[in-house]
Amino acid sequence: MTAAETRRDDEPLLRTVALTKSFGGIRAIDHLDLSVPRGELRCLIGPNGAGKSTLFSLIAGIHRADSGRIVFKGEDITRLSPFRRVLRGVCLKFQTTRVYRDLSVSQNLLVALALRGQADGQPGHAADRLAWALRTFGLDRHTDRPARELPHSHQQWLEICLALATNPDLLLLDEPTAGMTPDETALTADFVRQLNAQGTTVLVVEHDMTFVRQIARYVTVLHYGRVIAEGPLGAIETNQDVRRIYLGEQ
Amino acid sequence: MTTRWRTLRDTLNGPQDLGRSPGFWAVFVAVALGLLLYPAAGSSFGLSSLASFLLYVPMALGLGLLWGYGGILSFGQSAFFGIAGYVYGIVAGNLAGTPAGTVIAFAAAIAAAALAASVFGYFLFYGQVSGWIVPLLCLVLTLILATFLGQTAGYQWRVGQVLLGGYNGMTNIPSLQVGPVEFGGTSAALYYLVVIVTLLLYLGLRLFVNSGYGHILVAVRDDPERTRMLGHNVDFIQVQVFALAAALAGLSGVLYASWGNYMNPSNMDLLAATLPVIWTAVGGRRSLLAVLLSTVALRALADSLAVSGSQYAFLAMGALLLATMLFFPAGIIVSVARAWQRPRRMLRRVAREPVQAGEKSEIA
Repeated sequence: MTAAETRRDDEPLLRTVALTKSFGGIRAIDHLDLSVPRGELRCLIGPNGAGKSTLFSLIAGIHRADSGRIVFKGEDITRLSPFRRVLRGVCLKFQTTRVYRDLSVSQNLLVALALRGQADGQPGHAADRLAWALRTFGLDRHTDRPARELPHSHQQWLEICLALATNPDLLLLDEPTAGMTPDETALTADFVRQLNAQGTTVLVVEHDMTFVRQIARYVTVLHYGRVIAEGPLGAIETNQDVRRIYLGEQ
Repeated sequence: MTTRWRTLRDTLNGPQDLGRSPGFWAVFVAVALGLLLYPAAGSSFGLSSLASFLLYVPMALGLGLLWGYGGILSFGQSAFFGIAGYVYGIVAGNLAGTPAGTVIAFAAAIAAAALAASVFGYFLFYGQVSGWIVPLLCLVLTLILATFLGQTAGYQWRVGQVLLGGYNGMTNIPSLQVGPVEFGGTSAALYYLVVIVTLLLYLGLRLFVNSGYGHILVAVRDDPERTRMLGHNVDFIQVQVFALAAALAGLSGVLYASWGNYMNPSNMDLLAATLPVIWTAVGGRRSLLAVLLSTVALRALADSLAVSGSQYAFLAMGALLLATMLFFPAGIIVSVARAWQRPRRMLRRVAREPVQAGEKSEIA
């Protein structure tokens, strides 16, 4: 780490520098520069194959970048294994629900809570945040139920709660409302907004523009693994390029 | 009751094993007392036989933990059983006459098994060897060891004063001795040791699987990638549980050497490698209780069949494994227990409030 990279007040929480990843001959992420300040709620949008989920898997460490760097809290985490990134405060909610189906809701949470350094319980604010999330989603009333018995929406919400149980500073939500009804989507949007208002930095990949409009103030548009536009939602929706390649498709 | 005791009791009765009702615990205590009082009534042959069944329980419980709870099938437990048995024989033989020599040998044997498993496990799990290759590599390890030890006949193959002995194996291994008490094959002392080890190990592992770590272990089994993404060092956890299971197989190996005073390569051949898998699968690998019961029952069954020729016993074991895999993939004891619990679980489910999609939120 060079002196310039040590933590400063204006250092963003997450920064990618010329991040590149190819699968076979296809460049999924192409010299991508992204900067997410602390406390932001940012939506990543873009057509299918734009590289949104790949970017998430690079940040979370599921895939290794071919070149470029990922800097989190001023530390280069590009080569760090996934679990160490979680311990530093990056947590990903998977696109598909991957809760432990045979375990009960409370057992699911136990797995996420039994982390190194959390043995004596989470710090107070993190425990409060998790308890609030469980109440909001109505999961606190079903703690003994096996996860497989929960409706799809509740499994999605349990995923979000699992991620929160690791006490993240940066929460990556990959299509959190996939398969939800409009009411459930609205509830999730409210939750994400409040979570962010309480100080958690949230990065969301989402196809559903209704949901994006409900939560995002700031949007990044990806296309062929590059950022083609970035800014407040209003400006993005009137951007001619974006309308042509993405919003126009709907 | 103090909070500490209540926590202990709740953990013991956690969701990761069968048998949580007061009725179960009453039977458990009765059986434990029966086992402890048995020497008063039983013959020394009976004691020795029962001890020889029970001494395989640590190896089987270790495999249950590794396979049933950790999702890692291993045909290598007999390798660690053998490593511990041979190391115990070598150290105890060389320290014969030294006070506490067999105790040192005991510790060295368990440590050797755990160390061997840690090194082997490091390459398996940090090397991301895929799930179905692991049991095969474990089997290869076992067979290589058996083949190697099989050709150690002759005077040149000795460690200190102890001959490895080739196919005939190592003989005259001293029994474990603590102070004046010798845990020999037909002694009541060995019987008590094996019974107490079995009971404490079962209760201890039951606490273990119901702890936070036990839940992480099950999570690794169900979805390793997911568990990694919740901040757990999955590779390291797998090496740890692999080493623990090997240490338990080693415990069985030492008890076996102390019981029979010999150790030979057939303890690591194909058959020996397969038997723990059969004991674990037939009862039900996802329950420590089922593994414990089926190990003792199948050891006793094989023993009674062996009277009419040992090959019949192995045929019966093979047939049992096949039948279990076809009709009770979860294991016979586990399937029976589930059938027993089903009506009551249905009632509980009806009593529970239904989950409604989009339940009233607290956000206005």
